[in-house]
Amino acid sequence: MRVPEAAIRKTLADANLQLAIYTNTGRFKENRSKAVAAEVLPEYQELRTRAAAIKRHTLDFLDVYLLQFESAVEAHGGKVIWASTGEEAADFILKLAKERAASLIVKSKSMTSEEIDLNERLAHHELEAVETDLGEYILQLAGQKPFHIVAPAIHMTRNDVADVFTEKLGIERDTVIENQAMTARRVLREKFLAAGIGVTGANFLAADAGAVVIVENEGNARLSHSAPPVHVAIAGIEKLIPRVRDLGVFLDLLGRSASGQALTSYTSIVSGPKRAGELDGPEEFYVVLLDAGRTKLLADKEKRESLQCIRCGACLNACPVYRKIGGHNYPWVYSGPIGKVITPQFQGRGKDPWLPFASSLCGACAEVCPVKIDIPGLLLQLRREAVAADPADRLLFRAWAWLMTRPAMYGMLARIGLRFSGVEMGPLAAWRAERDFPAVPEKSFRALWKERKK
Amino acid sequence: MAMVDVLERLGFTVEFRREQTCCAQPAFNSGYHTEARTVAAHFLDTFGDADTIVVPSGSCTSMITHHYAELFAGDAKRQQQVRELTPRVFEFSQFLVDVAQFDDLGASFPHKVTYHDSCHALRELGLKDAPRRLLGKVRGLELVEMGAAEECCGFGGLFSVKFAPISGAMARTKVESIVATGATHVVSVDSSCLMQLRGALARAGHRIETVHLAEVLASRG
Ligand code: SF4
Repeated sequence: MRVPEAAIRKTLADANLQLAIYTNTGRFKENRSKAVAAEVLPEYQELRTRAAAIKRHTLDFLDVYLLQFESAVEAHGGKVIWASTGEEAADFILKLAKERAASLIVKSKSMTSEEIDLNERLAHHELEAVETDLGEYILQLAGQKPFHIVAPAIHMTRNDVADVFTEKLGIERDTVIENQAMTARRVLREKFLAAGIGVTGANFLAADAGAVVIVENEGNARLSHSAPPVHVAIAGIEKLIPRVRDLGVFLDLLGRSASGQALTSYTSIVSGPKRAGELDGPEEFYVVLLDAGRTKLLADKEKRESLQCIRCGACLNACPVYRKIGGHNYPWVYSGPIGKVITPQFQGRGKDPWLPFASSLCGACAEVCPVKIDIPGLLLQLRREAVAADPADRLLFRAWAWLMTRPAMYGMLARIGLRFSGVEMGPLAAWRAERDFPAVPEKSFRALWKERKK
Repeated sequence: MAMVDVLERLGFTVEFRREQTCCAQPAFNSGYHTEARTVAAHFLDTFGDADTIVVPSGSCTSMITHHYAELFAGDAKRQQQVRELTPRVFEFSQFLVDVAQFDDLGASFPHKVTYHDSCHALRELGLKDAPRRLLGKVRGLELVEMGAAEECCGFGGLFSVKFAPISGAMARTKVESIVATGATHVVSVDSSCLMQLRGALARAGHRIETVHLAEVLASRG
């Protein structure tokens, strides 16, 4: 795909949208930086170092931890399903729904399920899957994809939500946020009670305990995995951490990095179906472990760190490009800096070759990443691979390198160049479309230096 | 030339090598390592025997000190050269404060000024205090921090041309933040940021001037 230039321009020109993106990401960004400030959390850098080290270690020994996880899940009466593609994951859920005669699925927020278009695949077989996270629910009604990996409907105002509700639920227009939440709640309660299967994502998978860890603020994930008789958690294989006791480090970082919360409102650690004598919980428990491009990336030592991501969204909120173009102009569900890094790696480089180039390499993402992913470094690496495959500007750079190793020529051209800066073509025109061209100095530094040393 | 003035005033002998051209960042950042290596090698050969190399740009400095080693991966001879050279390469404000240990240069610049953190100076070189300390000692200068001091100006080399609308939008946000301070001058240690800001300020019809830190420090106002 080429750069979606028209769509980007449209986003940039939409003043309301710009304001919504900038203020909402700004609030997250601000809250994050307060929550990790040295006065509040002196051990912040230490936590990052440990989190990065744990993730790196887990990825290096992922085969071992995956098997350990599987046996622990089975020991508690659950089952692990290995899905190498999104299709396989969806097929498993479809088959399960058929066997259990379930026609309704409740879902809590899961980027992994978005990644494989789970809802669409299920709908294709007349299986209704209802999103229960408020933001996701609104988007599902509106027929949109998440705008942000943590706050999916960050771009919508309460007026937008009122319109969607009126149109899709046939209720009277109401712009009060609390009332909107109550409306969603009313609808969703019914769904929770009627659903045959609850599908959740997973923030972490603890190998030693065979536990799925789900972090959320609304309580809907808790209901999704405990109310229906069957719980299916779907997660990428990179979500593993070795032990439950490693969780502390990640929970300290995740909420703070995402929204500035010291701890999110609900943290569920689920390790199997209801046991004998327990009152609630599902009868059946499945964990779908998704590959979908991950093992390929795992084999790439230099870029493996892309899999360390805990999807906190901090890099999106810090990114000056994301804060302008928003989430929907990225080609895939993963937007922002981490999206630029994993999209070409999961989906293949050829699809959106421009993506790694759409960055000023300012480094704000790496600065806030709780697991220290070197996003600018990875972008540079991806650029290198992209131009190796399609060296569109090679001649230009070859000429440039030739000139830059010939100082006399360079000096002369610089002098001539000063005279030609009024020309309206190529890059100069692109520059001038957005800003003025600086006034040209009368004399070059070289000339001034010559005079001075006379 | 302002940087030369400041350094000479402090008693340093400044030399300008006519052979010098570029640090190679444009090619490196665009993924063209072969071409970048050619130019970086030229840099190493030009400056190999200099005592100290002071660079009036945070971005070029970090290209040399943070990326040359990677660029020459697998080339032992060049890597050795890089190892020898990089400890002697400094960004201008870094050199003044950390190496020469000066902060008061007797400059005077009676204006209200705001400082733009260039991304590479701030995040790769860790230069947040040095330029502010230098500005703090300038007579008559009032430093007002802008809300988005650490936000990128949107330049990013070829990014500013290839993704001009995004780059322009980023610059406009920065401009709003600068204007809100009421400053008459915006100062930075990177000419490329200043060029971007100058263009965006002018386009928006503001009369705020962009000046390099060296120009402020050279000024006797
Ligand atoms: S890359 Fe880092 S900052 Fe971005 S979402 Fe992942 S963990 Fe968070």
